[in-house]
Amino acid sequence: MEWRRIRDCIGTKLMLLVTVFVSILFFLIFFTLLSKSFLILETTSISELLLSSIWNPERGQFGLFPIIIGTIIVTGLSLIIAVPISLLSAIYIAEYAPKRVRQVIRPYIDLLAGVPSVVYGLCAFLFLVPLTRDVIAPWFGVESTGFCILSASLILSVMVFPIIISLCVESFCAIPVELKESSLSIGATKWETVKKVTFRASATSIISAVLLGFGRSFGETIAVNMVIGGKAMIPGTLFDPSETLASRIASAYGEMMSIPVYESALLFMALILFIVVIIFNLLGVLILRRAKKRWNY
Amino acid sequence: MYISISIVVASLIIIVGLVLVNGASSLSLEIITQSSSGGYYLGKSGGILNAILGSLFLALPATGLAYVIGIGIALYLQRDFVHPGISGFIRLSLDILWGIPSIVYGIFCIMIMIAIGIGTSVLAGIIALTLLELPIITRYMDESIKMVPIELKEGSYSLGSTKFETAIKVVRRQAVPGILAGVLLGLGRGIGDAASILFTAGFTDSIPGSILDSTAALPTMIYHLYASPIPSVRARAYAGAFILLVIVLSINIISRFLSRKSGKYVIK
Repeated sequence: MEWRRIRDCIGTKLMLLVTVFVSILFFLIFFTLLSKSFLILETTSISELLLSSIWNPERGQFGLFPIIIGTIIVTGLSLIIAVPISLLSAIYIAEYAPKRVRQVIRPYIDLLAGVPSVVYGLCAFLFLVPLTRDVIAPWFGVESTGFCILSASLILSVMVFPIIISLCVESFCAIPVELKESSLSIGATKWETVKKVTFRASATSIISAVLLGFGRSFGETIAVNMVIGGKAMIPGTLFDPSETLASRIASAYGEMMSIPVYESALLFMALILFIVVIIFNLLGVLILRRAKKRWNY
Repeated sequence: MYISISIVVASLIIIVGLVLVNGASSLSLEIITQSSSGGYYLGKSGGILNAILGSLFLALPATGLAYVIGIGIALYLQRDFVHPGISGFIRLSLDILWGIPSIVYGIFCIMIMIAIGIGTSVLAGIIALTLLELPIITRYMDESIKMVPIELKEGSYSLGSTKFETAIKVVRRQAVPGILAGVLLGLGRGIGDAASILFTAGFTDSIPGSILDSTAALPTMIYHLYASPIPSVRARAYAGAFILLVIVLSINIISRFLSRKSGKYVIK
């Protein structure tokens, strides 16, 4: 009996099985969400779902517009804050930092990436909410509870820092030294070299890093839920409470199981979340691969 | 530029510092060892033992399961087994799965579980966490398996071993540092993630008796208790956050340390 050959055959088939499972997992999730959303798509038209502002689950009115606007504002603001800070930090780490500092900071940033999102939310609750309520809002002359878009965007940008910074540092370090040296030899200052050579060369990587950061920020649930205030209204100022898609799904935990239409609406929101995050992540990953192939890292 | 890097550095210090300060002050031996009892939410006695145990019951089996599945996938992605075009597609799907928000995994899992008829349970939580950790663990394992030199594999084939034997005995041993790092990082993510277990594992006050019970976990406990109006209940949430942060950060640090150190069998 060829036991070794049989073991080889069984082992290989098992590995094939799990690999096939992982490849179709994505489609499984997509079709589960889609099939459960059919109920709400039958009872409410797409335009009412996406554009109406009335959110009244008991009466069967599901207008997602304020939630969608809230999501876009929170995500956009967090990226607007995070991208410049992360880019500059990445440049510092890659180009200007002394070696000892770099050896400490890079693992430090990776640690920041590993912090659970509940802890981020708790810190936002303990630090950002009072800060917004007592310092920032009165400075602008606005009354606020502190549970607002600004708090959520700030904590989201902190969560997005490690992703953008580590991807950018990796790509800045991968630019061939000859490019930078030839720029310096013509007489450009270090900052001019950074601006004109390094940024241009790693532009694709920077774009992909921002896209991946967007995907993370769009889908973040817990930290946003803890500080955003939970009122599904279109925010008038930065200091108004609002909701995002993800945080609304988390808030409705418990209620959703009882009413099938409500459950279907929440699954539809999850479907939108899923599709948007997938598109941005896919774009980000594909662009990053192309950049890696170009610069050989 | 120096301003921006100091903002980044300062934010981590603030986060760690806040949690440590608030949590340490409310931490006490009795909180860790006692489970919650009646009147829990109203500030009477009780601790967070159920949450700690629940987190362990959820995260450890999930990581084990994700390791077993992931090692199969990662080994299969070598060129020995599969055409590079197909492996490129599979790596792409793994990258996509890595980016999916955890709440989607939770919702997917609870829908499947309800269809089967089980509902919120430890089992559902374990499956959701496994799906969540799988892309992370597999990607790290894949990276380190790719770096195994081909001469090693060819030497093994030339001695007459089958592909599967080579994969399990030679390649896996060689890639141990990366595998270990991946598994530990996956474990850290699994312990800390709240969104996926929010729907699937429910939230109760007692230690789960069987695999079909709901259970509390550290992240969900923090999520539910952080804004309670009663200070002693909030104190439990802070203590839980302290423990969670310490656990996750130590796992990350240990994983980095171990992956550098466990190169004992690795042939350079």
